[in-house]
Amino acid sequence: MRTLLFLLRKEFLQIFRNKLILRMIFALPVIQLILLPNAATYEVKNITFSVVDHDHSEYSRKLINEFTASGYFQLNDYSKSYDQALDQVEKDKTDLIVEIPAGFERELIRQNESMIFFAANAISGQTAGLAVAYANSIIRDYSNNIRAEWISMPRLSAIPTIEITSSNWFNPQMNYKKFIVPGVLALLVTLVGFLMSSLNIVKEKEIGTIEQLNVSPIKKYQFILSKLIPFWFLGLMVLSIGFVISFIMYGLYPVGSFWVGYLFAGIYLIALLGFGLLTSIYAETQQQAMFIAYFFMLIFILLGGLFSPIENMPDWAQYLTYVNPVRYLIEAMRMLVLKGSSFWDLRYHFLIITAFAFVFNGLAIWNYKKTV
Amino acid sequence: MKQLLTFLTKEFHHILRDKRSLLVLLGLPIVQLLIFGFAITPEVRMANIAILDNAKDETTRLIIHKIENSKYFDIDRTLIKNEQVEKAFKTGKIKAAIVFQQNFQNELMHANKAQVQIIADATDPNQAATLINYASAIIMDYQAGLNQQNKLPYTITTETRMLYNPQLKGAYTSVPGVMGMILLLISAMMTSISIVKEKELGTMEILLVSPMKPWLVIISKVIPYFIISLVNVATILILSVFVLGLPIQGSLLLLIVSTVLYIFCALSFGILISTISDTQQAAMLISLLGLMLPVVMLSGYAFPIANMPFILQVLSNFVPAKWYIIIVKGVMIKGIGMEQIWKELLILLAMTVFFLMISIKRFKIRL
Repeated sequence: MRTLLFLLRKEFLQIFRNKLILRMIFALPVIQLILLPNAATYEVKNITFSVVDHDHSEYSRKLINEFTASGYFQLNDYSKSYDQALDQVEKDKTDLIVEIPAGFERELIRQNESMIFFAANAISGQTAGLAVAYANSIIRDYSNNIRAEWISMPRLSAIPTIEITSSNWFNPQMNYKKFIVPGVLALLVTLVGFLMSSLNIVKEKEIGTIEQLNVSPIKKYQFILSKLIPFWFLGLMVLSIGFVISFIMYGLYPVGSFWVGYLFAGIYLIALLGFGLLTSIYAETQQQAMFIAYFFMLIFILLGGLFSPIENMPDWAQYLTYVNPVRYLIEAMRMLVLKGSSFWDLRYHFLIITAFAFVFNGLAIWNYKKTV
Repeated sequence: MKQLLTFLTKEFHHILRDKRSLLVLLGLPIVQLLIFGFAITPEVRMANIAILDNAKDETTRLIIHKIENSKYFDIDRTLIKNEQVEKAFKTGKIKAAIVFQQNFQNELMHANKAQVQIIADATDPNQAATLINYASAIIMDYQAGLNQQNKLPYTITTETRMLYNPQLKGAYTSVPGVMGMILLLISAMMTSISIVKEKELGTMEILLVSPMKPWLVIISKVIPYFIISLVNVATILILSVFVLGLPIQGSLLLLIVSTVLYIFCALSFGILISTISDTQQAAMLISLLGLMLPVVMLSGYAFPIANMPFILQVLSNFVPAKWYIIIVKGVMIKGIGMEQIWKELLILLAMTVFFLMISIKRFKIRL
């Protein structure tokens, strides 16, 4: 026990000595947590569109008004031809082209049927899909209005109608920030913990101080613990600061119990730091450790379900996410903060992350050789 | 010149000796591109849902059948009670629930109105909205089938063309984003670390007292990584075209020239990081903790910049990846030429010059 305390003192001294790093591991997450969640919005409300109106009739003007009045669309320009509008798409000025053919009004009134042509910039399939869906719903409303103008209503309501209502649980205002903040916090804690731990042992190797540790009477598990505990505290501190910021900036505090959150984060950090230390033991130079860390971090982050829902991935990618510890932290944080899930609701998450903790730290202790 | 060559040989020896790093450096972009090109798709597939059918009649059976046959929903048949559904939401087992009112068919046929409620887990508002849209569309479709006999007057039909990406492939968004991200992060990280490493181990002093000019020392450190980046670009482009099925509509030469410029920009950013940090750990924290999330979130790769608040739109202009992604999308997918992207190229060039100037100013010959 005394040996461990001495080792811990050494580690803490080394951490607090390097002011630049200390400042970074607190300042960078804070700044990012304040700024970045605001970038995350899928709400598509400023779709720009170009109109190519070949009809110039009262009805076509009304239709364009419906678009601008809907709140989803912003008129970019009236183009003279389709090609001119396409030019606007190429310059990224406009997302959607609405082409109204000549004779639009005449055909609608005389032949009961008319045509509109859309072209959407589909490089981002998601935005294009939404833009077209909104545009179609505007057209639907528009033709309903015309019908109401020309036909007496009773005939219409005689048609059997299914009334669809929808409700959004856990986040009734559909606030995207509520969704993204717990995830970003989870990622920042992960980055800090993993980057610090993965470079630690290998640094001692590279500088040569590891040999002094190897020849001193320290047990392997004591060595690993002395490396783990300081970063564990750092991680939990970053998490606590993160909770405070999410409350101040976004009015977000866990619906569920704080203690369950800390318990989960505590076990998660043990698992993560174990993985970091394992990387550190495996790598020969800091550079190697860094590249390995970079490799795993980027995959963990992008397959963690923060930016693209895991359910939407193909099966093989979903299997990959099962061995991604970050996934469990992001999920658990969201469930706790937004849904108020209890310890019992999170039991599988706890079980899996505890298993991760044992496996990674076991491997770290096992792989650490006291010989060079 | 001969001095430079000697130095270059030394650097190449360093890099080639460390097989593991080399493997990561060259293999990593391949793995990442493939994972992200295939795994990250914008479309929703197979969400688990529950159905609370309080009517259990012919109509609801038909609608449920329709929902089941769509490729979007997987119905969990074990959930039949209200309380169970609530619990399933909390454990994250289901993403949505559809509730049919009692006497659904009777109401629909005789009162001409029946109610169905869609409850979505809006923890992820985006996904919730999509699921509600899909489910509504299926139900509306059923209703349209009922009403087929009386065709509605004054109907406007629409024809839609999805420009550039008719099959709405996810790779069209993810590949340019991944290219921008990988090239920037790897290049910045590699150069900053390799320079700082010499500082940390003390070998920098030996280099600085040698008859080489200091800036030549830096150049000789950057060139090998420049070559590695070029190899990465080649593999990324080959994979994108032949495996992920992306087109190169515009000029390949223009694409390569802009990519080289982007790599220069990233490398000079790496040099800048190396002048700020004394330890490899500090360099790594800046290049990973400092860059990773901002590049993912502000480059327009994960979220459209047009929807961001004003301040972040301004900030996004300082992320080189943003400009590179615009260029790649333009040249590869839209097939536009120099006249439409010269502005972006100029910005990247300006950033490169800016990073280099600051680095030169901060570079200390004495340690």
